[in-house]
Amino acid sequence: MLKYAPRRRRTALLWPLLAMPGIVWLALLFVLPLYVVLTIVFGQTDPIFFTPIPVWDPLQWNSAQMQYVFTHLIGPDGFYGPPFVRTAIYVGVASVLCLLIAYPVAYFTARLAGRWKGVLLILLIAPFWISYMMRMLGWVNMLQTDGQVNAWLSLGGLFDVQVDWLNGKAITVVLGLVYGYVPYMILPLFAGLDRIPQSSIEAARDLGAGRFGAFRRVTFPLSKPAVIAAILLTCLPMLGDYFTNDLLSANPSTSMVGNLINNALFQPGQIGQAGALVLILLVVSLAPMLWYVRSTRDEGVKS
Amino acid sequence: MGWLVRWWNNPWRAPRFLWIITIGYLLWSLVPVLIAVAFSFNDGRSRTTWQGFSFRWYWGDPESSVWADPSMHTALIHTLWLGLLATAITIPLGVAFALGIDRWRGRLPSGANFTMLLSFVLPEMLLAVALFFLVTQVTTPLQQGTPGQVAGLITFQLSYPVVIVRARLLTIGKQYEEAAVDLGASSFGAVRRVLFPLLKPAILASTVLVFADVIDNFVIVRYLSAGADTETVSIKIYNTARAAPTPALNALATLLLVAALLAVAIGFLIYRRFSKGEGGATDIGTFAGEL
Repeated sequence: MLKYAPRRRRTALLWPLLAMPGIVWLALLFVLPLYVVLTIVFGQTDPIFFTPIPVWDPLQWNSAQMQYVFTHLIGPDGFYGPPFVRTAIYVGVASVLCLLIAYPVAYFTARLAGRWKGVLLILLIAPFWISYMMRMLGWVNMLQTDGQVNAWLSLGGLFDVQVDWLNGKAITVVLGLVYGYVPYMILPLFAGLDRIPQSSIEAARDLGAGRFGAFRRVTFPLSKPAVIAAILLTCLPMLGDYFTNDLLSANPSTSMVGNLINNALFQPGQIGQAGALVLILLVVSLAPMLWYVRSTRDEGVKS
Repeated sequence: MGWLVRWWNNPWRAPRFLWIITIGYLLWSLVPVLIAVAFSFNDGRSRTTWQGFSFRWYWGDPESSVWADPSMHTALIHTLWLGLLATAITIPLGVAFALGIDRWRGRLPSGANFTMLLSFVLPEMLLAVALFFLVTQVTTPLQQGTPGQVAGLITFQLSYPVVIVRARLLTIGKQYEEAAVDLGASSFGAVRRVLFPLLKPAILASTVLVFADVIDNFVIVRYLSAGADTETVSIKIYNTARAAPTPALNALATLLLVAALLAVAIGFLIYRRFSKGEGGATDIGTFAGEL
């Protein structure tokens, strides 16, 4: 018995030892910063320099910053309201468009592409290797007034098209978001659709379902978890997006919550408001985030 | 009309519409990038009208080519440097963390697992602002600039190797490791000599993924940068894309794209060497599936 005792103790020690650096890292650079957001939002402001003074003790927190943001959400002084509404609409429309594009593409690649599946998959992953900024740069160039898009729309000089796409056009921003985030939707959908056993679809067809019936009653219900996960993985980052807007519109008439945060961060005296806006976004995205974490964790346990 | 009805009713007809949608999507997603790459070779200053082929914006132009303009090549070098540093720390940290929380039972590791998954789905913007506050509003040893950028990138990327390695651990199972321990290996020896070789493809895949993701990062890197010296390519694009840039900006973006593709290609070649013994899994599709 004694002979094995040291080894067993070492076994018990090895896993905590391996996990510890990561745990410390997450505590210091993930949990702590999130707490710092709270200390600044609910902290004091220096009366002279308007710089925030973090308050670490939750018992001494005050909600002045939150109140400021909430009173400016609606009402006559509600300059925070429109960007919030815009964010909801843009992200909603962009997600629906993303899904309308991503689902057929993912479905085709996963189930029907046959020997082309590998090639298609690589091309679908390719946008991940291309910097987001470069993909946006491509559009900034093409959407110039003398750019390719207007040239194509003029049908070879037939019409004189001089659309100024890059100046406060909501459609440019929404399509930019779709373009930017659609790859993030295709991959989880692909993974979900690829996992559905061919036999269950064949069974539906054998039992008399047409191709649309089989899709409506078997494939689509089975792919629902993947659809929800995919929507989540694209919606959450879109909520905080400000750079797509800055590159494709750069106009307050299309600004979103992300733009509010980004602008407030570099205004002296508005740091606290930036923090309050971040906190609101965090609260909004918390429920979907927890749902996602729980579902992936349970999946790990099951398999 | 008859043939149309017959074609529509044929249960095994080829999925033409879906082919068209998929090809259309791929063109839409890749052609703008290819056009941007093409115009990096433009001989003139325009980014919309083709004026002949040249390498002017790479090294020919004495003032504003990537080679001549210090702000351009500094951005490129800094981006790649951040990629190397962040990847070199993220991967060992993440792999050890994955092994640890996978085998260690208790409240602390399961809480750590939960936190890690949360960091995986937390919108990048929120993490970036939180880190910005930590670095600028609280007195810490961490400063804006390279150290802050690397620390932020590691935090954001840590979950990728952990998720990939844990998925692989699940498919490997415990039997190989238990066999090694039964045959007299210490648990550390079992990890080093049995588990680690089995995990190599997953580690390699996450290395490529993290590197490619880090060099493309924008949100975190921008908030934690300390001025022009620590500007990356993506910040450079963000700052100048609308301010009448020359095709040198396209050239800079193209060079970054080449770096990412090189990383993937090298990763794939090593991956193929690794999995030669295992048979079968050598096409790029399975490598991509690993990611």
